[in-house]
Amino acid sequence: MSFVQRNAWTLGLIVLLVVLLGVTRLIQPNFGVSGLESLARASLPFAFATAAMAVVVIVGGIDLSVASMMAVCSVTAAVLMETMGGMPAILISLAVGALMGLINGTLVVITRVPDIVVTLAMLFVWQGTALLILETPGGTATPWMRGAITGSVLIPGLPSALVVVAVAVAAVWIPVKRSKLGLAIYATGSDEMAAFRSGVAVGPTRAAAYAIAGLFSGFGGLSLLALTGVGEPVPGPYLLAAVASVVLGGVILGGGVGGLLGPIVAVFILRIIRTILTLAAVDPNVTTIVEGTIMVGVVMFGAFLVLRSSRQAA
Amino acid sequence: MSDIHPGAPDHVPPLVRVGRFLKDNPVIPLIAFLFLLIGILELMRPGIISPFWAGNLIKFAIPLAMLAAAQVLTMLTGGIDLSVGIVATCAAFVTATLTPLMGPVPAMLIAMGVGALVGIVNGFGVGIARVHPLIMTLGTGLIATGCLQVYQRFVIATGSDIPAILEWLGTGRTAGLPNGIFLFVPFAVFVLWLMRFTGFGRLLFALGSNENAAKLSGVRSWQVHMALYVLSGLIASLTGLLYLGMIRAPSLSLAVPLMLPSVAAAVIGGTSIFGGRGSFAGAIVGALILRVIDTMLTLARMPEGARIALFGLIILLVTALYVRFTETR
Repeated sequence: MSFVQRNAWTLGLIVLLVVLLGVTRLIQPNFGVSGLESLARASLPFAFATAAMAVVVIVGGIDLSVASMMAVCSVTAAVLMETMGGMPAILISLAVGALMGLINGTLVVITRVPDIVVTLAMLFVWQGTALLILETPGGTATPWMRGAITGSVLIPGLPSALVVVAVAVAAVWIPVKRSKLGLAIYATGSDEMAAFRSGVAVGPTRAAAYAIAGLFSGFGGLSLLALTGVGEPVPGPYLLAAVASVVLGGVILGGGVGGLLGPIVAVFILRIIRTILTLAAVDPNVTTIVEGTIMVGVVMFGAFLVLRSSRQAA
Repeated sequence: MSDIHPGAPDHVPPLVRVGRFLKDNPVIPLIAFLFLLIGILELMRPGIISPFWAGNLIKFAIPLAMLAAAQVLTMLTGGIDLSVGIVATCAAFVTATLTPLMGPVPAMLIAMGVGALVGIVNGFGVGIARVHPLIMTLGTGLIATGCLQVYQRFVIATGSDIPAILEWLGTGRTAGLPNGIFLFVPFAVFVLWLMRFTGFGRLLFALGSNENAAKLSGVRSWQVHMALYVLSGLIASLTGLLYLGMIRAPSLSLAVPLMLPSVAAAVIGGTSIFGGRGSFAGAIVGALILRVIDTMLTLARMPEGARIALFGLIILLVTALYVRFTETR
């Protein structure tokens, strides 16, 4: 298969994104650099939540606790930054995120309870933990952290928030994907039994995938903190949005298919649709309806494509 | 699965035998666990157990158990219905806002219609378009949330009124028992009958155990899914009506907090999320267990965070133990 065929879905999404940016420009001729910047900034926590969800879905699971883990990381960083420098606080929060993910994954593997139930329970656990760390919104964010996601870098029109997402996700995911672990993750996701019989350590692989998801949630929590400047212990609406973007991004529930680029592009698509609807003076509540409809419609369309190609193959 | 193996039954270790017994009767250990929890509660706060307390416990467990019924039924086919929380909320809100305009009965009928409508969309998505139930019901949930918010704009001026019958069901008591029981008992009997003694119930189990085998045996799966999700939507609406009577204040997120616990109640009650195995009786006990745990954690005067975290840990512990006990390997 050629490069284009293999990445047809992602390429299609990128084209869609460009078209939507053009539409935005048409509706609102003023939409320029600053519009792009605020779009990228608002998408930041969604992008990380989606990356986290995507890794877990690729390994064949699902993590309902992403938003709660983000809350924990955000309050951890906010509390730590009151007493110590920004960098150590960030590193500690990321480690906390990865640790939470690892706990999720380990519990999924050893209890043999379905992923969805374990992470449903852990959703409450992490939510409670976040409240224990910080009962009401508070703490503080290092000023340079807020600066890091505002404005543009290098050339105007390349939002630094976008660069932050790209660098963070690439720094974690590319080494993993190129390594044996990446192969094991995809193998486990596409057929756990076959992977096991080919000598893949299925349990540790799944736990590792959850840990990576936890790490991304850590980034998500930090970006939340950077956006608002305060630690917020109540999880935001990131779970549903992450699932929607993952599915729209071409990662199939059940595992083994897809990457991280598609879902992240999908995040921007969903955000920009929201922007367009806002610019077009559509009731913001209608936006929710549109988002739900898009999500369902896309999945139906995807299922239809799969059905058709399997008929052609047969 | 070693049960299939011939000659094995002679040397069954006692633990496995207990496990098998529990697998056949999942409700028994759950009831034992429920009473254990109630015992602990009595130790924590002697004298708390009273008929009034029991009535209250049942009263607040009823809506949870009803939503759990929707989860049990959908889980039997390997699905899940994550739109029940918002559907119940929609039903409650629609009833409350339409009652002053057109009277209680038409309002309640329209509310049930909302549930059926969401169910039809879910059934279409899952049964015909073959979308994963998790995604489909999340999506319809989102759409319904949006619709509810838009709808709210239009009726913001009409005010709200709660039908007297719902208030009677939700808050009244008869001989110490909450009146909700008059709705719940027939409902539970209906669901149990549906699962156990009807062809529809058997089709649900069949689809969940092995969808391909069921299809090859001539089951038209899309019809079953359609009926199933419509039923699930109707159950959610009915729950919303009852809950409206209990809370007596319609809001845009009335029954949403019940959604995840309803999944937990079904899972604690021994329903497999992968389909083919489940019991509504277990889910009822599961709902009671969740409510008792709630009371315990409130009584322990822990900070809010610790309470939520412990709630999650207990759900995990119960399901893990359950899986350990009933899985014979």
